[in-house]
Amino acid sequence: MKTPPAPARTLPAIDNDNRAYWTGGEHGRLMICRCGHCGYYVHPPVPFCPQCESSDVAPEPVSGRGRIASFTVNHKVWVPGLAAPYVLALVALDEQEDVRLVCNITHCDPDAVRFDMPVVVWFENHEDLWVPFFRPVEQAA
Amino acid sequence: MTTYAEKNTAITGVGMSEVSRGATKSALALTVDAAMAAIRDAGLTRAEIDGIATWPGEQANASGFSAVGCAALQDALRLKVGWYAGGGEAPGQYGAVFNAIGAIAAGLCRNALIFRTMYEATARKTAFANSLLKTGERQSGPFAWYAPYYTYAASLQQALFFNLYVHKSGIRPEQVAQVPINQRRNAGLNPNAVYRTPITLEDYLASPLIATPLRLYDCDVPCDGAVAIIVSRMDVARTLRNPPVRIEAIGSSMQYRNSWTQLDALDTQAQPKVAEMMWSRTDLRPADVDIAQLYDGFTYHTLNWLENFGFCERYGAKDFIEGGRRIALEGELPVNTGGGALSGGRLHAYGAVHEACTQLWGRGGARQVKGDPQVCATSTAGGPLAGAMLLVRD
Repeated sequence: MKTPPAPARTLPAIDNDNRAYWTGGEHGRLMICRCGHCGYYVHPPVPFCPQCESSDVAPEPVSGRGRIASFTVNHKVWVPGLAAPYVLALVALDEQEDVRLVCNITHCDPDAVRFDMPVVVWFENHEDLWVPFFRPVEQAA
Repeated sequence: MTTYAEKNTAITGVGMSEVSRGATKSALALTVDAAMAAIRDAGLTRAEIDGIATWPGEQANASGFSAVGCAALQDALRLKVGWYAGGGEAPGQYGAVFNAIGAIAAGLCRNALIFRTMYEATARKTAFANSLLKTGERQSGPFAWYAPYYTYAASLQQALFFNLYVHKSGIRPEQVAQVPINQRRNAGLNPNAVYRTPITLEDYLASPLIATPLRLYDCDVPCDGAVAIIVSRMDVARTLRNPPVRIEAIGSSMQYRNSWTQLDALDTQAQPKVAEMMWSRTDLRPADVDIAQLYDGFTYHTLNWLENFGFCERYGAKDFIEGGRRIALEGELPVNTGGGALSGGRLHAYGAVHEACTQLWGRGGARQVKGDPQVCATSTAGGPLAGAMLLVRD
């Protein structure tokens, strides 16, 4: 019996606000919108700062590091070929706690994922996009 | 003194179609059954219905999530209305009720027919209707942020938030289990419930893990069915056959960021502010509440609402429901007395309103709460959208 291939990942529709987020990975950069006036990170991206009302808001690279704000270990095989268990998570960026990114946590046993675990971004190319994923930060030996 | 518009309205009739895991009737036929039952229950005629509302309005897709809208029902019943509304951007499923309260206050109608139709059981026999992802299509809107990450269903997406609640509250699976066990017991006494066979703690613990911490028995049951209620202006309500179930107070606010991922409080969701608003519009207090019909799309919503309404302290639900005695039909606060969506069927918060009125009118039969309950707190939804109502029978 043939193993069905992993299901295709559904990709987001791209517009002028979110393009940098979904394409910055081509150059290894996680791009988050930031206010040029007060420094507040605006996510989801929109060219308006809710802190200071400035329109001087543009994507800029961040560290790509964050902590797991919450997560779930999915066990159900929703479609043929889906490799379970896998981890769906919300990562709070180190730069600003209320920038929370949906992702899968990879390179790690799902049962080893913990709240507040430090993680770092990596990217996978799908069609014209570079999808951000996160993996645990390697512990120093 | 501020006058709140909801205090000039009351529920005067309710109706429910047959509810099943696969109907022979169409979604519209079920809706007609529920609507005519509600109109007759109120002692009204079709000619006296002058407003109509639903949530979220007709969705012409295969999901069964909202197969019937105002237009289809208006035409089927040949209603002549002064006002109608169906739309999803509202404080949860009760948005249709809150809109009707405004319409009555504005003089647009006197007797509003409000309904919710689900046809998800049939839909799922033919398609993976639960999927939040559209294969082969690029995803737009807020859900695009989840799209590439195999977020196939609401249970998986919402487990993200429930897991944090478990982490912060320290609740154990044996405690959570009291919610579905209690509701299945209540459903056993409700002839219209979908699942009526009792379940035990062992059954709960043995039910498949969907996404931690959610097990199968934490999830509501997709069904085919419709509920209708009549909301009338108070002076009209007092002339009708049922004692008015007054809408004493509502909570409809959006005080937090309207985003699942950026909510101020990821684990308690938007409900605390909504409950706070409801209590700010009444002199009644949590101790005055006789019964509660709390949203149970997932068990964790019910736990959240117990805390958010103030029936127990924050993260105190685990102790409140321990052993299941307080929330049982004989307990100090009977919860989801007809089986709720977990066992009665996912009628999406309108099953809860129907059950509230059933109890307040003393029609509960074998599941009737003793002591003539008069005050019911009811709630809907979670995440960034939520609504609450306090209902009081005259």
